Amino acid sequence: MTVNDFSLITIALLPFIGALFPGLMIRAGRNTSAIFTALPTALSLIMLLLLAPSVMDGQVITVELPWLPQLGLSVAFFLDGLGLLFAAMILGVGLLITLYARFYLSGDDPMGQFYTFLLLFQGAMLGIVLSDNILLLLIFWELTSLSSFLLIGYWKHLPEARQGARMALAVTGSGGLAMIAGMLILGEIAGSYKLTDILAAGEAIRASDWYLPALILILLGAFTKSAQFPFHFWLPHAMAAPTPVSAYLHSATMVKAGVFLMARMWPALAGTEAWFYIVTTTGLVTMVLGALIALFKDDLKALLAFSTVSHLGLLTMLLGFGTPMAAVAAVFHIINHLTFKAALFMTAGIVDHETHTRDIKRLGGLRTLMPVTFAIGSLAALSMAGMPLLNGFLSKEMMLEEAAHTDWAGSPHAVPVLATLGALLSVAYSFRFVGHVFLGPVRGDYPHEPHDPPFGLWVAPALLVGLVVAIGLLPHIAEPLVRVAAGAVTGGTLPEFHLKIWHGITPALFMSVIAVLGGGALLAIHRPLDRAWIAAPRPEAKAIFDRLVGGAVGLSRRITQMTHDGAMSRYLAIFVASTTVLGYLAWRGGGLPAATRDLLPVPPLVLVGWILLLVATGSVVLMHRDRFRALIVIGIIGLTVSVGFVYLSAPDLALTQISVETVTIILLLLALHYMPKASPVESSAGRRIRDGVIAVAAGGGVGALAYMFLLRDTPSISDYHLANSYEGGGGTNVVNVILVDFRGYDTYGEIIVLGIAGLVIYAVMEALLNGPAGRKLRSTDYSRDGSRDRHPLMMVIATRVMMPISILVGVYIFLRGHNQPGGGFVAGLVVSIALLMQYMASGFAWTQSRQRIEYHSMIGWGVVIAGLTGAGAWLGGKPFLTSGYDYFHVPPIEEFELATAMLFDFGVFLAVLGAVMLMLYSLSRIARHAGETVNPEPMDYDPSARTRIAREEE
Amino acid sequence: MEFIVASSVGALTAAGIYLILRLRAFSTILGLALLSYAVNVFLFASGRLAIDLPPILSPYGEASYTDPLPQALVLTAIVISFGMTAVLVMVALGAYLESDDDRIDLPDAAEDEESAGGAAQ
Repeated sequence: MTVNDFSLITIALLPFIGALFPGLMIRAGRNTSAIFTALPTALSLIMLLLLAPSVMDGQVITVELPWLPQLGLSVAFFLDGLGLLFAAMILGVGLLITLYARFYLSGDDPMGQFYTFLLLFQGAMLGIVLSDNILLLLIFWELTSLSSFLLIGYWKHLPEARQGARMALAVTGSGGLAMIAGMLILGEIAGSYKLTDILAAGEAIRASDWYLPALILILLGAFTKSAQFPFHFWLPHAMAAPTPVSAYLHSATMVKAGVFLMARMWPALAGTEAWFYIVTTTGLVTMVLGALIALFKDDLKALLAFSTVSHLGLLTMLLGFGTPMAAVAAVFHIINHLTFKAALFMTAGIVDHETHTRDIKRLGGLRTLMPVTFAIGSLAALSMAGMPLLNGFLSKEMMLEEAAHTDWAGSPHAVPVLATLGALLSVAYSFRFVGHVFLGPVRGDYPHEPHDPPFGLWVAPALLVGLVVAIGLLPHIAEPLVRVAAGAVTGGTLPEFHLKIWHGITPALFMSVIAVLGGGALLAIHRPLDRAWIAAPRPEAKAIFDRLVGGAVGLSRRITQMTHDGAMSRYLAIFVASTTVLGYLAWRGGGLPAATRDLLPVPPLVLVGWILLLVATGSVVLMHRDRFRALIVIGIIGLTVSVGFVYLSAPDLALTQISVETVTIILLLLALHYMPKASPVESSAGRRIRDGVIAVAAGGGVGALAYMFLLRDTPSISDYHLANSYEGGGGTNVVNVILVDFRGYDTYGEIIVLGIAGLVIYAVMEALLNGPAGRKLRSTDYSRDGSRDRHPLMMVIATRVMMPISILVGVYIFLRGHNQPGGGFVAGLVVSIALLMQYMASGFAWTQSRQRIEYHSMIGWGVVIAGLTGAGAWLGGKPFLTSGYDYFHVPPIEEFELATAMLFDFGVFLAVLGAVMLMLYSLSRIARHAGETVNPEPMDYDPSARTRIAREEE
Repeated sequence: MEFIVASSVGALTAAGIYLILRLRAFSTILGLALLSYAVNVFLFASGRLAIDLPPILSPYGEASYTDPLPQALVLTAIVISFGMTAVLVMVALGAYLESDDDRIDLPDAAEDEESAGGAAQ
């Protein structure tokens, strides 16, 4: 990776890294927070400027790191002229905004949060303009929607801010969804998701049948983002954001993302009739409509917002023309619009900040009171109007020149006339901005006495206005940048052009003169026009949007309520029935290969077991209302299944099944103590028949599937395990080696799940006992259910004797597990059964007070030991959970094997034991709350007590 | 033998599904227990059936073994389904103690179901 590549990645990532700091640094003060926002921006900007010379020479800097190569997604960035222009704009204006916001935001606003959001947004925007992979671009695209949502809704306490943010997210987010689809189509046509490949495949893309759908979907994304008609309505509502946000997002960056995308995709998509008519028409309509509405907005920011809509329309229209000169004009206007519009937003912010109002009708005469602001604001506004010697004039002339010779559906007049109208309206609202805010008589009724703001607040717009004038007077200084950026847009050679003030007597000049005169005239009769406008009925976009959203919410609520009515048995019935039908359809569609295996013989004993199983299963169904008996019969089924495992060469499974069976039944019995002992007859006969039909169909399907499966061979990966178990895992019990070695990672996850289950049960129990259930338990009398001989002598003695034996069995099973049936799972269960027996014999509390094991930490230790054993493999330079083993000979013991897998298995053992015991502990806590007393003696009737009493009597 | 195993799986599945469609939490837990057996045996059977061929490597030269992989998978499945059952039992117990009722359907939904069932009769 060269220095250039490295810089490019750093430029793109710095804002995201930087976003971590302002929020922390705010503790050190607002200035520090601002500095830590400016720092990554400035660093990125410097690195960008270092790369700029080579880009200006026509080089394209690219860098690519693989991310998800299977999806065609890579972290690929490239920097060409267009990217350079936008990146410089994003970072440069970002710096100015950081400065401006420092002075704009009041002490009550959480400034660290603001700067964090700002940097996030900046990073997302940079990502869009630098991405060389359209999937990556889409990610950044969505990130701008999300971060702008946060920024627009920054003043969370204001309902307009929340609603504006939601509307912006809904509109741009859904446009983004459409764009994802469009981009995916585009990638499929081009056969690559790399942007440079796609741009090179323009011919093939335009010739494809899928061109039009892709175009429309992508344009939907671009139009929503760039607020083109009819999606323009979100932008004015987004003005509820703090002014620095409006200046940054809604003049310079985010709304330009759509324009950027159209410019970027220009070589791939532009030049067709569809492109011309969709893009040009939308742009033209937006330009005129936006300018018209802007003229009648009294809120300064709303005026600027609609003027932005109008200018974005202008840019869109230029890109729609599809000619290289139009692209040049568009690029130039992007620069010019950025400078004057950001300055104007900041001016509006200053006016708002100083006079406490943005209502034009309450302003006027600020010229003498705020001379600096007046100078900045009016220069920027005149540039927006397109007055000569300012930069707005130059690009507007170029636009009119291009419009002058564009035919629209055979008519040579439509575009020039409408473009002139747009320019005329633009002149009118720009003049209004100057005339109605700064000129006129000084008023006595400002909400706050206005005066010029501190230096920090006006320096940023002043710098921008400096650019406005500089480019306006010496247009050739912008020429190299425009040339290289426009060259990147068209992807080819540009016609000879020079940016200059005087082009001679051209049609554009006449159109400009008409626009200026007409605009001035329009402003002169603004008052009656305004009254007519207010009186005229017009659709209110927000009301329509709210109705649409309300309708969608209502519809989804109705659907949810209809399908999700809380009847779980119904969901399950639908689920089972549809799964069965799907399975049947799959079988119908697929057919069956011929059977390849012979049937195994059935000895009579197996037949007996089978009949036992079927009878037991049927009994559970028939007597499930008698809960206690059903539970016992379930135990029989479990035992039969275990015996089946033994017979069918699965000793490990049999051991596990038997021990799990025991523990499950005990837990269920304990829980049943606090639940009704019988289920009442509730469902109707019809329902029972329906459920029966579903059950038999599903069961029959599964049985048939199993039967078909059993008669056919399929390729399997098991031979690998059999072959490598001893060599690689050091064990002859292949099942155990698979558990602790081949698929150790699975097992690791599973003990964690089991541990979590234990903890969940504990947590549920705690919540229950502290809630109304706890009170109910304490007030209910369960004593009549209790046995009169709770801790029988025989059982206590028997379990005492059994305890060491069972534990020894557990240890034995654990130790031999690697080579013979057994292992950590089974050993954990066996030992927990040994402990369970003690608890059953002498009562939980009695036993609990005789041991000091924290079951929570036992689960934790189990997971930690297993994890550390796995991580130990790293020390040997092997992947996680690679096991090592060796044989040792310590006289007088036989040679034995020690494997790290055993340590892992020990972790499994601890986790299983801890989880099971924690479950039991939880149930016993409930028992204590239900009034169970602690017995002082291990058994209710202790014969040895009689001897003691007899001795004492002696 | 294959038929024995397949029919057992089918019977256990059918019984399990019938029970999970009942209206009480405890029946559902019983049904899930039966379904767990069925699923575990089904998974186990995907390694095909073999008698007297446990996957314990023999030290005495060449021998054939049954498929160990499904067994390993089923072993953990048994333990996990135990954990799941235990959590469910606790949740059902809690629900019963909190609401004095162990129906699994929401009250109004259950009535709808019943009236629909009654109308069907």
